[in-house]
Amino acid sequence: MNSRDVAFCGVFTALAMIFSYIEALIPISVGIPGAKLGFANIAILVVLYITGAKAAFFVDVLRILLTSILFGNMAAFIFSISGGLLSVAVMIVLKRTDKFSMTGISVAGGVSHNIGQLAAAAVVMQTAGIVYYLPVLLIAGVITGVVNGCVAGIIKKCLHKAGFRDIL
Amino acid sequence: MGKKKMLHDLILVGAVLAAALAVYVLVNVLGRDGQTVVVTVDGTVIAEKPITVNDAVEIKDADGYNRVVIDNREVYMESADCPDKVCVKTGRISRAGETIVCLPHKVVVEIKGGEDADAVVQ
Repeated sequence: MNSRDVAFCGVFTALAMIFSYIEALIPISVGIPGAKLGFANIAILVVLYITGAKAAFFVDVLRILLTSILFGNMAAFIFSISGGLLSVAVMIVLKRTDKFSMTGISVAGGVSHNIGQLAAAAVVMQTAGIVYYLPVLLIAGVITGVVNGCVAGIIKKCLHKAGFRDIL
Repeated sequence: MGKKKMLHDLILVGAVLAAALAVYVLVNVLGRDGQTVVVTVDGTVIAEKPITVNDAVEIKDADGYNRVVIDNREVYMESADCPDKVCVKTGRISRAGETIVCLPHKVVVEIKGGEDADAVVQ
């Protein structure tokens, strides 16, 4: 990892945090725990494609840690870290197969994020009852995944124009 | 290459939507939930509450004290002053036919289901 990658990761960690913050400001009360827009995943996706799997993992963990310290609490941290870790792991694995487009990876990331959060909620609240929310969360994950994947694709195109290359 | 990836994307989306549908069917049709929570003391029904509404039932009589809580489509015995605490340890029930029994206080909490609830009762 050269200094350019380090700077790149720093900028995108900051961007991911801003996305998380903006998301927290938007009051979307769907009445579903864990249903989120997942804008932060846009930044993680771009890092995954430009700098690589390891960087994407660390940027994601850093982002969750920092946003939880700044704006959240312990419960929020547990939910985001379980969603975030599962999501980034799934995205890294699927990208390695080279069988999906950026949008496909984004959908997988969004869906697995929701699954991870719901699983954490089931453990914390000690009830399997919240499996009721799973179908809605899966569909929500697909929709936000498509949107975020498209946005990430646009950002990546701009970066290509600026001289950045996809990591292989 | 782009077209092939798009096809894979579509398969992925289709699989997720199919999974969502499958979970929905499993939860709502096969694992049909109970409709009413019936609390009886010594054979007499003292309360009937819908499981969908968060609520609590307190029982105080010569035998002792029990508190039944309905929370998020589940029922549990929150507290009791019986010696064995079997009822409290039963945990949460949510399906038709399931019961919580407090033997020392002769309290029975049962979830009664829809029309074919008998099929679910073990």
